[in-house]
Amino acid sequence: MQDVEVRYGPVPALRDVSMEIRRGEIVCLLGGNASGKSTTMKTVIGSVRPAKGSVWYEGEDITNWNTSRRVAQGIAIVPEARRIFPRLTVLENLMMGAFIRNDRAEIDADLDRVMDMFPRLKERHAQKGGTMSGGEQQMLAMARALMSRPRFLCMDEPSMGLAPVLVEQQFETIQQLNETGITIFVVEQNARMALAIANRGYVLQSGRVVLAGTAGSLLENPQMQRAYLGI
Amino acid sequence: MDYFLQNFPQQLVNGLEAGSLYALIALGYTLIYGILEMLNFAHGDVYMVGAFLAAGAAGVFVHNEVAAVPAGLAVALMMVVAMGGAGLLGVGIERVAYRPLRNANRLAPLITAIGVSLFLESAVQVWVSPAPVLVPSNALVPQTVFHVGTVVTPLTGVMLFVVAVALMVALDAFVFRTRFGSAMRATAQDREAATFMGIDVDRVIMVTFFLASALAGMGGVLFGLRYASVDFFMGYLLGIKAFTAAVIGGIGNIRGAMVGGLLLGVLESLVGGFISSQFQDSFVFLALITVLLIRPQGLFGQPLADRA
Ligand SMILES: Nc1ncnc2c1ncn2[C@@H]1O[C@H](COP(=O)(O)OP(=O)(O)OP(=O)(O)O)[C@@H](O)[C@H]1O
Ligand SMILES: [Mg+2]
Repeated sequence: MQDVEVRYGPVPALRDVSMEIRRGEIVCLLGGNASGKSTTMKTVIGSVRPAKGSVWYEGEDITNWNTSRRVAQGIAIVPEARRIFPRLTVLENLMMGAFIRNDRAEIDADLDRVMDMFPRLKERHAQKGGTMSGGEQQMLAMARALMSRPRFLCMDEPSMGLAPVLVEQQFETIQQLNETGITIFVVEQNARMALAIANRGYVLQSGRVVLAGTAGSLLENPQMQRAYLGI
Repeated sequence: MDYFLQNFPQQLVNGLEAGSLYALIALGYTLIYGILEMLNFAHGDVYMVGAFLAAGAAGVFVHNEVAAVPAGLAVALMMVVAMGGAGLLGVGIERVAYRPLRNANRLAPLITAIGVSLFLESAVQVWVSPAPVLVPSNALVPQTVFHVGTVVTPLTGVMLFVVAVALMVALDAFVFRTRFGSAMRATAQDREAATFMGIDVDRVIMVTFFLASALAGMGGVLFGLRYASVDFFMGYLLGIKAFTAAVIGGIGNIRGAMVGGLLLGVLESLVGGFISSQFQDSFVFLALITVLLIRPQGLFGQPLADRA
């Protein structure tokens, strides 16, 4: 992402934002409320278009690609607040994740795979998404994103509203996914845990990147410690 | 009481016949509302245009010396022309009139829809015919009349009911059993999240308009065959009744629209038969107002607060 500016009306939500996520990395995006984290995610998936700057993926300029083309090329998102389809069943939600695919047999195999990963989804596969608990919905959102077989997975606050045990599990899952070769870009409120699993991080403030670096250097950074790590 | 028992079956049959037409058109309101949360007030007029296309096609395939074909084939061609034509008209209306307003204030598309409705009525009145146009129904389908006990009903009425119900079953299967149908429901529930799945939302909306409008087109064919006459104003009252049926069933709810249509048809027919036939049309408005006051989400709709 290069020199991106995004506007919703007159005030820019992102200004001159440049970030780079390399294949195989876990990169976390930190920042206070309304700093532009979700806007960054939406710029990557293509549901907002930058007024300036460009977005690149696997060596191609995808700035003008629509979201479906991006999804078909291996980008997926676990959106903020889950955004599962409340009146589709768990199974239908998962099948929507595979909407861009046509390899029926492989889709079935992936269904089994995500249901093994999240056994709760298997138990509840016929239940409407909206009737599941917050934690279950978060699993569903994650599993749904995986159904597109992404190479690059964006996650916007995947641990929001989860009990502490589940948050730990969530972070383990993220690491496991990364080990299977999926590049991960994750927005987190819990900066400490995010930096513990990330290779690198960016910090946004009022739509600008104010800090960037390896996870280690961010953990050591005094400014970072004061603002986000509570030290 | 005797009078009631003797006439009830006939009123029921009349009601189911009218109701199946309401249901067919109500489905269009509900499909489009489900996806865009807008009332497509022009929908009744799309039905009217479908009826005119069917009448035009019937004229050509029955009377034209060059193009005349056997009756069965002529009916099939009428259906193709009316469904296809109305479907494309619906898609065109969405593209030209509604899409540019998709992110505008909710009132804007509503007012535009009323404008489209007036435009279609005036266009047909001025350019096609201000007077009713005849459909050569007697040359197309047998004019058999069935007598079953005390009930009398023409074949064309039975046909209306059977074809309408068959289409509803087919639509239901499409929406609830296919992948594209799931994508339609997903888009209706959360449009942005649907794009995250790689669903092309514009295409889903286009297909929805096509289906809704094609069903209305088929309604026009069935009406023409049943009553042998169509006019530019026929979509107005029927549109309002179908809209009422959709609201009764819970606007946005597909099965609700089907049940709402049949229910409204039967109730209306019973009111017409046993209370006063003059009261019949006003009854529909009474029903609409009652539902809106007592249960605005309709029989099968989620309470609005749940529809995040
Ligand atoms: N659709 C929108 N229309 C107008 N303004 C928006 C829209 N989405 C976001 N904004 C504004 O852009 C800014 C950045 O929002 P964004 O959602 O990206 O922040 P965030 O860092 O994700 O915040 P949070 O921590 O609350 O999730 C905010 O000031 C917000 O009000
Ligand atoms: Mg956010």
